[in-house]
Formats: sequence, C-alpha cells, structure tokens
Amino acid sequence: MARFILRRGSLALLTLFGVSVLTFFMFFAVPTSPAELQCGRDCRPAQVQNIEKQLGLDQPLLIQYGQYMKGIVVGRTIGEGETAIECHAPCLGWSFRSSEAVSSIIGRALPVTISIVLGGAVSWALLGVSLGFISALRRGTWVDRSAISFALAGASLQIYFVGLLLQVLFVYTLKWLPSPSYTSPFENLGDWFVGMLLPWTTLAFLNSAIYARLTRAQMLETLSEDFVRTAKAKGLPARQVYLRHALRAGITPIVTIFGLDLGVSLGGAVITENVFGMPGVGFVAAEAARQLNLPVVMATVLLAAFFIVLTNVIVDWLYAYIDPRVRLG
Amino acid sequence: MTNTESSSPDAEDFLRVEDLKVSFSTMDGVVHAVDGVSFGVRRGQTLGIVGESGSGKSVSSMAVMGLHDAQRATITGSITVGGRQIVGCPEEEVRKLRGQTMAMIFQDPLSALHPYYTVGRQIVEAYRIHHPEASKKVARTRAIEMLDRVGIPRPDKRVDSYPHEFSGGMRQRAMIAMALVNDPDLLIADEPTTALDVTVQAQILDLLEDLQREFHSAVVIITHDLGVISQIADDVLVMYAGRAVEKGTVEQVLRRPQHPYTWGLLNSVPSLHGDAEADLVPIKGSPPSLLNRPSGCAFHPRCPYAGQNGNRSFTDVPELLPVLDDAGHLVACHLPADRRREIYQRDIAEAGVAL
Repeated sequence: MARFILRRGSLALLTLFGVSVLTFFMFFAVPTSPAELQCGRDCRPAQVQNIEKQLGLDQPLLIQYGQYMKGIVVGRTIGEGETAIECHAPCLGWSFRSSEAVSSIIGRALPVTISIVLGGAVSWALLGVSLGFISALRRGTWVDRSAISFALAGASLQIYFVGLLLQVLFVYTLKWLPSPSYTSPFENLGDWFVGMLLPWTTLAFLNSAIYARLTRAQMLETLSEDFVRTAKAKGLPARQVYLRHALRAGITPIVTIFGLDLGVSLGGAVITENVFGMPGVGFVAAEAARQLNLPVVMATVLLAAFFIVLTNVIVDWLYAYIDPRVRLG
Repeated sequence: MTNTESSSPDAEDFLRVEDLKVSFSTMDGVVHAVDGVSFGVRRGQTLGIVGESGSGKSVSSMAVMGLHDAQRATITGSITVGGRQIVGCPEEEVRKLRGQTMAMIFQDPLSALHPYYTVGRQIVEAYRIHHPEASKKVARTRAIEMLDRVGIPRPDKRVDSYPHEFSGGMRQRAMIAMALVNDPDLLIADEPTTALDVTVQAQILDLLEDLQREFHSAVVIITHDLGVISQIADDVLVMYAGRAVEKGTVEQVLRRPQHPYTWGLLNSVPSLHGDAEADLVPIKGSPPSLLNRPSGCAFHPRCPYAGQNGNRSFTDVPELLPVLDDAGHLVACHLPADRRREIYQRDIAEAGVAL
C-alpha cells in the first residue's frame, strides 16, 4: 500500500511537472506581453522595458520558470524596490488587472466549482446508475425504454438550453427556487443547498446518459454470471442479489468514468458556471483568457491538471479496493 | 452410493418430480427443454441424471430450485420437496427453501463464487440469510467449521481468502461448504467435478459421499460422466432431448442397459478391462435441436437400430415402460425386448464401466 502511494504519487508529480513546463513555455509563444498590459494605452517602449525589468520578464525563461515554481512552494517577491509585491506560498503569480494574488482569486472561485461539481457528479452518477439498473432488470419493457430515452434526451440537449429552461420554469414562472447562487455551506447549509439545486439538477439530467447505458450493459452481463445464480440459489432476496452481487461486480468501469468526469469538471465547469452566473474556476478561467490575464490562465490550467491527476490516482486505488484480484504494488 | 444398506434410505421420496415440463419461448419458437420427466429421491439416496448437453438435466434441476425466470420459462407438472409443491409456489416461499432445505453445487466453482468477496463472507451470507438471529461472529465460526469439515487446511486463515487464491479443488470444497452450511435435506450437484482435475474429482466425490452419510440428505448428481455415476449414484436416470429414456438402479442401467443411447454412452467410455487397442465408439451425430425435435423417438436419427420395428421409431414417441423380469428398470425404446437383449449381448456387453 505504502509502495503504491509512493510510486503513484511520484508519477503524479512528474505528470504535473510536465504540464507546468508545457503551459509555462506555451504562454511565451502568445504574442502579448504582461508588461504592455500593465502599462496600459499610450505606453512608451522605455516604460515597457522598465516594467519588464521590474517583473523579471527580461530574465531567461528557465530562471523565470524556476521563480514561478519556487513561488508555489515557498512564496516569492515579485518586482524590485518600492513597487515590489510580496506573494506568499502557494504563490501562483500576480494578477495585475485586479491587483491581487492569483491564489486568492482561485481561493474564492474553487469552493463554488467544488460545490457545483461534487453535488452535480453525485447526482448524475446516482441518477444514471439507478436508471441503468432499473432498465436492466426490466429489460425490453416500457420501463427500460423510457428510462433509456430519458437519459438519451438529456445527453442530446445542451446545458445552456436546459439550464436556462429550468431557470425560467422554477425561478421565474413557478417561483419555487431562488436564482442559483453560491452561499458558503459553512455559513448557511440550507441556502447553499437551495442555491445549488438547479445546477445540480441540470448536470444530472445532462450527464446521466453514459452512466445509464454503461450500468445497463454491465448489469445485463453480470446478471447472467454464474455467481449471480449462486446468490439466488443461496436464497438471497432479489434486492440483495441485484445490488450486492450483480451491480457490485459490474461497477469498475462506472467508477473509471466517474473519476475521469470528476477530474475534468473540477478543473472548471466553464459552461455551467457561465449559464448560472456562478463565479467558479471555469468562469474565472474564461474571463482571464478573454483578457489575456496570463498568470490567472496559467494557474487555472495547472489546477485542472492537478485535479485530473488526483482523481486518476484515487480511481487506481479504488480499483484495488473494489476488485481484490487487482494487486497494488 | 453402491452400498445402500449403510445409508438406510427413508421410505418416502423427499424430492418427487412428476411429469415435469419446462419450455422457453424464444424468437425462433418454443423450446421444450424438459418434456414430461418424472423421478424421485429419498433421503440418504443418490440419484444420478446422465445425458449430453441440452438433454434437459440442468434445466430440470434449476426448476427444482425454482431458479427459472418466471417470465421466460413455462413450467408444468409437479415438483414436491419435503411435501411442499414448488411449481406455482410464490417466489418468496421458494426463496426460503433455497439454500435452507435444498442447496445446489455448480459446475465451475471459479465462476460460481463471487470474485470480489472472501470465501468466508460468502458462506456467512448463506448462513445468515436463513439464520437472521445469528451474529456475525457465530456465522463466521460456523463458516470455519464447515471449511474444516470439507477438508480445507487451516480454515481459520483460509476463511479470509478470496476465491482466486484457492485451487480448483479447494474452490469446489468451499462451494460444497457453502451449500451445506444450512444442513439442507436435498443437495443438487450440477456437474460438480467436470471442471476439476481427474485426481481431484475422486476426492470431491468421496467428500460428497461422506457428507451425504453424515447429513443423511437426498442427493441429485447431474453429470455426463458414467464413471461418476458408477462411483456415487444409487439410481440412474438417462435423459435425451428433454425426456427420460432409461431409468433404474446403477446395477440395472450400467450392467444391463436397455436403451441404444445408454449403450452409446457406455461405448464412449474407455474400458479398463477390454482391449486397450480397441477404439472408442462415439455416438454418431450430435444432440438434436430442441426447437425442432426429431419425430417419433428423438434418438432415431442417431440410432443404428432405428427402423427395426416397422416405422414406429419415426412416428411414435416411445413410452417409458418396465423392462421384463427386472423390477424397477424402465426404458423408452421401440425395439422388442428379446431383440434388445440379443443386440446387447452381441455388440455391447464387453464394453462398460467398472462398477
């Protein structure tokens, strides 16, 4: 177990290192200079040079990369002299547009994204797996057909359509729900829940199709397995046969897809956050990209990579937990 | 068991199957998997059901366990287990009998055990479902006791192993331990040794015999292997294309077989006593499709003696009738009795299984 964590952890760090190098150097291919952006309009070349020197942008790329990495681990000072800015660890750079540390921007946005995505992912996985489970047990009946049609309808629609439709229906017409908004769950759990309900529902409807189809296919396969017949022959009630024996045996690919979905979404649910006007990481990333606010973009890309790597490690670990035939080492 | 005196069977049949018919509707038509089969087993007695794949032997046993999907299978006739009717009985009542009164052992213990749960946990589950009052600890002790009983070394350690950590023979032992954990009165073993090495086969059969003597249960063993039958069964039922073609004691069916299909089966078994150079004689052809069963005697397309009694083989389904001068021995064949005896003496007698 310890060996697994060590090996998988170092592999994860290596991946993150690769991503950071790639993004860092890619941003220098972008034909824009942070110094010009900071300087604003009607800027003389001498001023730009001055700012570049101040920010260390005249240094070789490798040194700049080293500075950036050092900032993440121990923090750093950006610029020199009177205008120097103290950026504490984990320093992800400085947003000159809003004059604040990128880490505080991310720190504000991250809880919003985590709330939307975790709640959404749990809802869509539960909905999808339940639909697939029921349709497999009622194969070929109208229950099967309507469950799968429902899931497919969701998959063929778009979030900006469904999201807005649900908002119009539940917020403006029926007035059952307030406008979706983020309240910290530590301040008011009820408000947090009610504010998140609409994004969760939308995401569940849109993303459950793949889980429904996968669960249905897996269940149909495991239901014909010998060990399911054994479970019945033992005299277990149908519910236990289906849940504890059939579903459990087919859950591995579902966990895989869930891990990938979760990792990708945690990096920023760009469209969802924009549709519901929630300032999460995806919202911040899209805005930063529009404004060429490179330090922020860089940080969001790194964060997305971090989540994907993290969920993959967790999924690997879960495999061994689910299937004892998988040995960690 | 060949020595019937030691197991002293009860007078009443514990399992009684009368005119059992099982059919499945498929896209291509109705499959008559079992078509009017009757048999009975007393406690302490072992019935062997022999036949090729598709002869309906497994389908019959699944019907006894009530394991057929009620929406797909049509079951008629009568199955009584300890006096209780299984056919048409509500699922919840049959479920309570399953694993408790009647238990089943399957062919391939690797696929029949759940790969994600420890052997112990699966036995505990089988025990606790019928003993809800038993604590986990009690059930675990019981599981270890059963593993010990079926001959698994260091059962207190192996109880926490997963099926893939067991060898094939050990897995089948664990499967038997799980089937017997609730002291069932009826045990159905569906090809229990087919997936195992020959050396392990004998051990498993010995174990089944021992356990039957100990638990005094009724045992049905399904196999295509006449060697297994000769070792363990008291009575034999030979099935072909969903019907019984011959029935009797082991002595009657293996020593004085009456049906050409039984002869074929015996001829396909290597003999220890005969000429080592002599080729085995396979039954020509392959088992018939149950969707489109041959007319008359279903065996006629493969029977070398078909047509020796007029056209009856091709038109009439032979009835299962008593063999003359051999009480309890039944056969479904159109050949006249003396003709059968003659053919048997001439062609078949030297082959056969060592009893």
